[in-house]
Amino acid sequence: MEQTKSRDWSVVLRGLQSLIGLLGLCIILSLLSPRFLTTGNILNVLRQTSLNAVMAVGMTFVILTGGIDLSVGSILAFSGMVAAGLSHSGMNAAGAIIVGLIIGTALGFISGLAVTKGNVPPFIATLAMMTMARGATLVYSNGQPKTGLGDDFAFIGNGKVWVIPFPVIVLLILLIVAYYILSQTATGRYIYATGSNERAAGLSGIKTDRIKILVYAISGLTAALSGMIVTSMLNSASPTAGSGGELDAIASVVLGGTSLSGGQGSVAGTIIGALIIGVLNNGLNLLNVSSYYQQLIKGIVILGAVLIDRKRR
Amino acid sequence: MKRLASTLLILLLVVGMVAGCGSTQPQQQDQQSQGQKTEEQKKIGLVVSTLNNPFFVTLKDGAQKKADELGYQLVVLDSQNDSSKELSNVQDVLQQGISLLMINPVDSDAVVNAIKLANDAKIPVITLDRSASGGEVVTHIASDNVAGGKMAGDYIVKQLNGKGKVVQLEGIPGASAARERGQGFADAVKGTQIEVVASQTAEFDRTKGMNVMDNILQAQPEINAVFAQNDEMALGALQSIETAGRKGIMIVGFDATDDAVKAVQDGRMAATVAQQPEMIGSLGVENADKVIKGDKIPASIPVDLKLVTK
Repeated sequence: MEQTKSRDWSVVLRGLQSLIGLLGLCIILSLLSPRFLTTGNILNVLRQTSLNAVMAVGMTFVILTGGIDLSVGSILAFSGMVAAGLSHSGMNAAGAIIVGLIIGTALGFISGLAVTKGNVPPFIATLAMMTMARGATLVYSNGQPKTGLGDDFAFIGNGKVWVIPFPVIVLLILLIVAYYILSQTATGRYIYATGSNERAAGLSGIKTDRIKILVYAISGLTAALSGMIVTSMLNSASPTAGSGGELDAIASVVLGGTSLSGGQGSVAGTIIGALIIGVLNNGLNLLNVSSYYQQLIKGIVILGAVLIDRKRR
Repeated sequence: MKRLASTLLILLLVVGMVAGCGSTQPQQQDQQSQGQKTEEQKKIGLVVSTLNNPFFVTLKDGAQKKADELGYQLVVLDSQNDSSKELSNVQDVLQQGISLLMINPVDSDAVVNAIKLANDAKIPVITLDRSASGGEVVTHIASDNVAGGKMAGDYIVKQLNGKGKVVQLEGIPGASAARERGQGFADAVKGTQIEVVASQTAEFDRTKGMNVMDNILQAQPEINAVFAQNDEMALGALQSIETAGRKGIMIVGFDATDDAVKAVQDGRMAATVAQQPEMIGSLGVENADKVIKGDKIPASIPVDLKLVTK
């Protein structure tokens, strides 16, 4: 029990560190641009961040086991494209979305199989899935976007509950479920254990292979979920959707204090990391910073955050 | 823990104070940051598909010059060829108090939701170079891409005496420019004995143009001409052909960017279709000014093209 307490403590500390970073960033931006703290803008930031944050939550599960998932961007595109295609052939929105989510989960499952039964390093297995899923998207769509998906489909990305955008609600529900799994269930403990020391976990009776397949499936599911949201927001599934999305997702996880070597971290931290990136994107846009500089700044922030984190440990 | 908690508390208080002060003084801040002594300068938003393509950089420069001349502040955002970044850009730029939005869509269909956002905010919209397939747009300013594609096609037909094997490199699938240039080209070669042996997309990108051309060179033993729907791809194809040492292939591009015009003058490329991106940007701002002042303008403003040869 002592062990668990001290691990929770350092996670809390690292999480707070990210929160301070986020608040500091918000303060600086609101001083530099008076439009930053307006209601409209904050809602924009939340809505824009939710796309990345949803994927990052799933990515957290994978990174907690010491793995990585490079395929999320492509899974986003493929599941979005299939849902759009089904919608075009007359399936109702709910059905199309469920199929899309199942496909994402299945692709993640396959990556998980490659990592466990196939003994392929996660980087390679998910790199391969990234290319395959992207290719499958191009084949299925013949390189053309699919547009015009109906009002029902449009609700997920564009709808509001009271004043809160629906994607943010989806993110909140996802966050609560993920938090519950990771901190309150046995499976959650097994995930941390697998990441901490896979061999020891295996020897103490944890079915690490099953845990690993589970986390990749979860990552595929959240990637597909993000795909549904973005396809709905744009009313269009693009063959190039989500390109590079995996990098923002991974950056969010890392900025949130989760260790890339596994065993330490939390989804709350990931949400903060995602907000940092979202706030940066939005703030730099508001400040009219050239996009060339924007990429430079983002890279420096991420590197800086990881370096500070390393120094602390 | 106590220190952290108190730090947090202080930070929250500061945020609260700033929030209180921040949202009520946008006018003052803007004036200070621009050094204006009189009224606040009007803003025009320009959301460009990508600034990695010299064509659009020139378009932006043309718009900037005209904006400086007419006294507007131009807010430029780069969508990096990603429709969801484009949507975010439009959301962000609408927060900045612009009087009009000029947009160069990444994808003519996916941009519709973004344009509707501007419509809802009662901000007029002008599309530049690529059209939007929905939403309310005051005017569309572009070169006549169909005429341009036909111009290039006619040139190739003439040079090859109506007979030969031709490769086409296409632009981003879904972009109106790609569709229209392809259509014009198809019109030009219809009824002739020109055979289009390969037509692949290289997404308006130089590196992709080179890679796709590499593959096509492998697959096609005989090629007489290449029509690339933009100069970046044409230059990529040129690189590929020169490296492979294949002779007798004439290359025609589209856009007349500086690199391409030089290649034509050096005899490495046969021709390119000159758009006037600077004029498109400039006309954009000029017409934005008219719309803001309440004047009526035509729904479509075509910009002239011409063929550039040696």
